[in-house]
Amino acid sequence: MHTRGSHLRAAALAGLSVLALLGAGPAEAAKTSVTLGVRLEPPHLDPTAGAAAAIDEVVFINLFEGLTQVDRDGTVKPVLAESWTISPDGKTYTFKLRSGVTFHDGTAFDAEDVKFSLERGKAADSANAQKARFEQIESVEVLGPTEVRVTLTQPVGDFLIFLGTGDAVMVAPETAAGNKAQPVGTGPFRFGQWVQGDKVELSRSPAYWGTPVKLETATFKVIADNAAAFSAMMAGDVDGFPIYNAPENLPQFAADPRFAVVVGTTEGETILSTNNARAPFSNLKVRQAIAHAIDRKALIDGAMFGYGTPIGTHFAPHHPAYRDLTGTYPYDLDKARALLAEAGYPDGFKATLKLPPPTYARRGGEILASDLKKIGIELELIPLEWAQWLEQVFKGKDYDLSIVSHTEANDINIYARDDYYFNYNNPELKALMARLDATSDEAARTALYGEAQEIITRDAVNGFLFQLAKTGVWDARLKGLWENAPVQANDLTGVYWED
Amino acid sequence: MAQFLIRRLISLGLTLLLAALVVFVVLEILPGDPARLMLGLEAREDTVQALREQMGLNRPVVERFLLWIGGLATGDLGVSYTYSVPVADLVAARLPVTLPLAVMALVLALVLALPAGIWAASRRGQAADTGLMALTQVGIAIPNFWFAMLLVFVFAVTLRWVPSGGFPGWEAGVGPALTALMLPAVALALPQAAILTRVMRSALIDTLGEDYVRTARAKGLSQRAALWGHALRNALIPVLTILGLQFAFLITGTIIIENVFYLPGIGRLIFQAITQRDLIVVKSVVVLLVALVILVTFLVEIAYAIADPRLRRRT
Repeated sequence: MHTRGSHLRAAALAGLSVLALLGAGPAEAAKTSVTLGVRLEPPHLDPTAGAAAAIDEVVFINLFEGLTQVDRDGTVKPVLAESWTISPDGKTYTFKLRSGVTFHDGTAFDAEDVKFSLERGKAADSANAQKARFEQIESVEVLGPTEVRVTLTQPVGDFLIFLGTGDAVMVAPETAAGNKAQPVGTGPFRFGQWVQGDKVELSRSPAYWGTPVKLETATFKVIADNAAAFSAMMAGDVDGFPIYNAPENLPQFAADPRFAVVVGTTEGETILSTNNARAPFSNLKVRQAIAHAIDRKALIDGAMFGYGTPIGTHFAPHHPAYRDLTGTYPYDLDKARALLAEAGYPDGFKATLKLPPPTYARRGGEILASDLKKIGIELELIPLEWAQWLEQVFKGKDYDLSIVSHTEANDINIYARDDYYFNYNNPELKALMARLDATSDEAARTALYGEAQEIITRDAVNGFLFQLAKTGVWDARLKGLWENAPVQANDLTGVYWED
Repeated sequence: MAQFLIRRLISLGLTLLLAALVVFVVLEILPGDPARLMLGLEAREDTVQALREQMGLNRPVVERFLLWIGGLATGDLGVSYTYSVPVADLVAARLPVTLPLAVMALVLALVLALPAGIWAASRRGQAADTGLMALTQVGIAIPNFWFAMLLVFVFAVTLRWVPSGGFPGWEAGVGPALTALMLPAVALALPQAAILTRVMRSALIDTLGEDYVRTARAKGLSQRAALWGHALRNALIPVLTILGLQFAFLITGTIIIENVFYLPGIGRLIFQAITQRDLIVVKSVVVLLVALVILVTFLVEIAYAIADPRLRRRT
């Protein structure tokens, strides 16, 4: 028996030494490649055929380009359109296109491609998540190889911004159908390979029309699990996470000189969605009471480890037209109780709070429930998967309260939409949104945006909680990644390694 | 034996068909529209309907079931909703990760458990036995995802001997590929090894008390010779049974382990498919796994029948 025991020991030692040998990794060379972690794998690689942010986060700006682009500061800059003119009635846009642009398959980009791309978005069989926006386009006329005229059915104030989103990128008729698996765009990177379930690789496009990028290759590695993301960073297996989802780990990264923790803003307004058609939430005083009972600071500290900006309305604080309305309903439990009593609920009531999977919702839900309990509102927390949430809350409108981050840019118009899941119906706001659409003058638009924010705050349509922070962590030597996320993209065009 | 085989094969086919029906029905009941999930919050109902049409979701339930089951019979697993590629291709791409992982884990579990079990049985009641049994108790109690994270922390984050996860692909060479699978295999194998050790030990102790071992001892064989010559072979039958059962656990275990180590294997494929409501992938892969488990159980039964002819008549 003794000999067998030593065999075992020998085997264990051999195993360990193999481990040690394999550990000797390759020496670090001058880096022209980057590996970034993303939490969700894109379902496919065509940004014009799906709403998943994961698609845009890999291919938008890097591989596909639009006529315009929302830049890192939120302004619109020309990309494939060199310049444009807008008719005085705001309905006709004439674009002068950049010449000498080719798709990655070598074919030229011209006005015909613009016509194709825009008409494809509104076609009957279009699966574009923003089809409604394309339907605002009445016609697209080719005036010449590099000139195209787009006529809208009505003035659309933010049309240029829309053209700078992933849903409106330019694609070629020859390759559009295959973009889900083999994306072909005009961007500085071209498609390398996609190992499903694992990673997407991009490489520098040799024929790019603009300034060539410094990186030769870029890999997006899919790491869904928070613990795995943490160890991948710590072990140096990935160079960074542009969006890092577990705020509790950030202090640890911040304390480590190898890493840079970068906190910016997103377009994500995190709100306590409220079913305005269902009693007792149909009562304005009840909604206002809830607004007074939310301790936003405690919520951000407790649910997000301090990352997030309090909001008082459905608008991004970094937007030029933002109005700070956080003071409208200060945290005041006595006021909240008084409002509840006035509404006829002196002893409070019971309701449900349906929560989608993200941490902000699950953790935020618990904190909110304890906040509202203080004024007698007993919340039953119901955790849901995304698919269930979409089915029950968003589509079925079968809910009392929910917590969700609305990440679309400039999406205050959802409050004027019929049949939206808030069940909020205000003709005054609808009229105002119609005027906003008809206005392209910047100052006038700012004023209208301001009014809209005040209306929804006054009506306390939802509980306005905080703007989701964009918390990223990456290798301290990696430069050029975006701090903020005004659009869903991980723009790598300016990314490089510092020596 | 031929009759036995035919009977077993028929019941195998029926089990599989029933399993397919159950999987289909369960996924029908599961809430969540794949098309809506793909298009997100802003999409309008007509866009969702257009996509449902493209995905074949608007056809009657019975028609969809028959189409699916007919496809399965001919090896056509359908086309993934999210990836728009044949499910068979996805499975084929993922198997080279999961299969070696499962085999490595199984072999590792056996290599650890058999000697440990024999050793403990031969020292029954001694300190070594008690100590080892306490250790296996811990091994069974530790959730393997926790153990996996511990391994990552020690070997990847702290020592930096191996990557924290991911799979370089076999084209990167056998060395790097095996390195990537090593920690996950250990994490998967350990709880299994703990169970197997206990089974091996008690089976051996049981057989050592049987008449034929006593007879052998009476004929002058040493304890050790009786153990190796007579008891061990019979003690392997319960170990085989557990091994067959464990195969199913191994497959479910990979779902967790592949997430912790972000390995692009079958387990992760199912996990992602469920969260993305890629129901066709879930359905087909689950049925495939059921078939695999049934097949393994079948092979174990045949192994029994070979080891002990009396068992052939019982079924």
